[in-house]
Parts: sequence; structure tokens; C-alpha cells
Amino acid sequence: MPFDWSSIPGSLPILWQGMIVTIQITLVGALVGILLGMILAVLRLSRSRILSWLAAAYVTVFRSIPLVMVLFWFHLILVPLAAGLLFPGQRLELGLLTALTAFSLFEASYYAEIIRAGIMSVTKGQFSAGLALGMNRGQVMRLVVLPQALRRMIPLLLTQAIILFQDSTLVYVINLDDFFRKAYNIGNTVGTLNEMILFAGAVYLVICTLTSGCVRQLHRKLIVSPVK
Amino acid sequence: MLPLPSLIDTHCACSGHLSLFTFHLSPVLPLAAFDFSVFLRPSPEAVLNNLSYLLVGLGLSLLLALASWVVAFVVGSIVGVMRTLPGRIAPSMGVCYVELFRNVPLLVQLFVWFFVVPDITPLLGDWFKQQVSPFWQEFIAGTVCLGLFTAARIAEQVRAGIGSLGPGQLGAGLALGLRRRQVYLLVLLPVAYRILIPTLTSEFLNLIKNTAVASTVGYLELAQRSASMGETTSRVYEAFTAATVLYAILNLLVMFLARALERISALPGFLGAGGNK
Repeated sequence: MPFDWSSIPGSLPILWQGMIVTIQITLVGALVGILLGMILAVLRLSRSRILSWLAAAYVTVFRSIPLVMVLFWFHLILVPLAAGLLFPGQRLELGLLTALTAFSLFEASYYAEIIRAGIMSVTKGQFSAGLALGMNRGQVMRLVVLPQALRRMIPLLLTQAIILFQDSTLVYVINLDDFFRKAYNIGNTVGTLNEMILFAGAVYLVICTLTSGCVRQLHRKLIVSPVK
Repeated sequence: MLPLPSLIDTHCACSGHLSLFTFHLSPVLPLAAFDFSVFLRPSPEAVLNNLSYLLVGLGLSLLLALASWVVAFVVGSIVGVMRTLPGRIAPSMGVCYVELFRNVPLLVQLFVWFFVVPDITPLLGDWFKQQVSPFWQEFIAGTVCLGLFTAARIAEQVRAGIGSLGPGQLGAGLALGLRRRQVYLLVLLPVAYRILIPTLTSEFLNLIKNTAVASTVGYLELAQRSASMGETTSRVYEAFTAATVLYAILNLLVMFLARALERISALPGFLGAGGNK
């Protein structure tokens, strides 16, 4: 079957609109996810049993169910419920909001594990040294441990953002028009579904290969040689 | 025996024989009235009731995961080994495979296998579209897609596992007169797999979760079934809660089995997963 690529140039503006949605989800999901993930990681390592247990429960629950299931929950129950409580009686366009909240909270559980591993990779001596200098636990965490841990984690955080960029295609199941959904819709209406799917795949391939190549370069630069 | 009569929903719209289990969790959340009797009502499909409808979905998720695992394990091992071979061609082919399958979203890959590939392969594609029933079309496309996707990740781990063994094992095997193929099959891979059990377990857990993506081409696995049960019964809460709990149980079960496997196959002389060479 021969391919007909002629419909692609004309549909680029529409595809770009979809790409904006994809980029929004990726950026918000990564930034909010890292912030919440950091809070979760610190809570999990805190001395309070309850806080540490709660953080662990959050991470475990989100990591044990599929992203599709999470999107279903937010799409059909959680976001409409919250919107109903906050803005009763209003009809709101909730698609993008649903995706942003779902991805932020979902990614937070994955970022929490990355950040926790990063914090735990900082040696105990650093912590004791900070305490010996007269800092309190919060200060040691903020001024000594987290800066070192973050530096070590940056490549992993970025890799997770690339995974998030790919996973954002799953907003397909909540009927949100991201880049891939737009491509799929155009292909369906014009009758060039195969070409559109392949084109979208190629776009993802190029973007992800380039960015993950950059992350690898960065990783090489960031490796801190241990002080002997 | 509930102390607060106001918690009991006496105006239950359902069949009634289980109305004791129906109570409002909170007056603020009218949606939060759990009605567990919904699971005993007849389901849209030819199974006993909604609970068995979901359980069949769980079974289909697991079935797809197991079938994909076979593909992923075989292909992943081959690609992983290719990356450790001497020379240039085999390792770079392995790199290309991993990069290709890791850098395209799973959903796009699934659509390629389900829509595009049958269209562009003349004979096999026509047979697939005309002779294969929709269920098997979805299942086969899902298995190939999830299998090859997961294979890229397993390949990375197999490569790392073999790498962690150091050159000594390979050298020793060759010195004993084994061929390279024999060294891999008899020495390197068996040891590497045993070291890799924890990471392979988490890959399998990921795979189970990824089967939910197959719902986009119509494969009626657990997540999709919970959504359609929510639609037919308008009991979305109950349906999603049940599906979530079932996923969690499956997760725990797999982790439990993997721990047991890990204990049985623990390698003497190794410190846990990392190995101490």
C-alpha cells in the first residue's frame, strides 16, 4: 500500500496546537511532580512515623495502578467532584485541567522515589557533619544534603520528564486533543491514518532521541568525582 | 449493626437484599455512597455478574502480560547479548533497537502494530484483517507491541547484568573449551538472570500496568472493563475502586512470588542484587 504524505503539511498548524497541549502537560507535570515528589521524599525520610507512612502509602498506591486507571479516576470522579465543590453550578471545560492534575500527582510518586534514592545516596557522614556544625535537621537537609542529591539526580529527573512526555499520549483515553490525538483525528477524517500515526511516531522519536542524547551528555558533565 | 441510622441508605434503588452494605460515606460527597451489591448484579456480558466481569478483565490483563513477557524475555535477551558481543555491527544494531523502542510512546507503537502494520504487509496483513477475530487481533497486536517495547528495557538490564559479571567468567568459559554461544547459554545468562530477578520483577509489574494501554484498541482488560461497568451501572466509584484494589492485589501477589523465586535462586557468594564480582 503506497503512502500519501500530502495531507501532513496542511495539518501542521492543527498539530502544533496539539503539541502545545502535550508540552503544557509535560512541563506542568514535571515541575509540580518534582516539587511534590521532593516533599514526599523528605516526608518519607522524616522521623515522624505517621508522615513517613502516609508518604509511603501515597507512592505505593500511585505506583501500583496503571496510568490509564489514574486518568479514569481523575476524569470521571475526582476532578468533576472537586470542580462541583469549588464552583457549584458552573459548566467548565475540565479536559486539560484533569490531565494536568492527574499527571502532576501521578508523576510525583515516581519523582519521590528518584529523589529518595538520591537523598539516600548522600553519605551519612555529610548529615552528621552538618549536625556537628550546629545546624538543625531541616537546615542540613536543605543546605547540605539536597544540593548534592539534586545534582546527582538531575539526569534521572530529566529522563523521567522524557518518559512523561511520551506517557502524555495516554490522555487519548480521556478524549483530550494532545499532539497524538490530533494527528489521529486528522488521519481518521482525511483517510490517511497510517501516515499520520507514522508521522507522529517519527516526531516523538526525533524529539526523545535528541533530548535523551542531551541528558546523557549532561550526565557525563555532572558526575562529581568523590573527594578522597 | 450501625450505630448511626442516618448513615444507612434505606431508599436504596438497588435490588435491596444487600442494602445494609449501602451507606453514605459523607454528606458532602453524594457520589460517595458505596453500593457493593452492584457487583452481584448481572453484567453486560455473558458472565455471572459484574464482579466476575471485572475478574475476567483481570485475567485478560494477566494473560496479555504473560504472553508479552515471553516475547519480551526472548527478544530482550537476544538484544541484550548482542550489545555485549565483540565487534561493531551487533552492538550497534542492539543500540538502534533499544533507542527506537524506547523513544516512541507505547500508545503510538500499539497503533502502528494494530493499524499500520496489517495495512502495509500484503499477505499476512490481509489474513490478519479478514480471518482473525477482533479479540485475537487486539491480543496479537497487544502482545507484539508490549513484548517488543518491554524487550528494549529487558535488553538494557541483561546487558548490565552480563557486564556486572566482569570479563573473568567469559574468559574462564572460553578457556574451558566452550564456544562463545555455550558460554552465554550455560554460564553468563543463567548467572545474570539470577542477579536480575529484582529488576526483572519490576519490569513485569510495569508490563502488567502497561496492558491497560491495550484498552485503546478495544482489548477489554481490567481498566476498560471497570470503565464500561461504571457506564452501564452508573456506579463508577465502586467499579474504579474494585479495579484499583484488584491491580494492587495482583501487584502484591507478583512481588510475593518474586521474593520467593529470589530466595530459591539466590547465588552463593553474591551480596544481593548488585553482586560483588
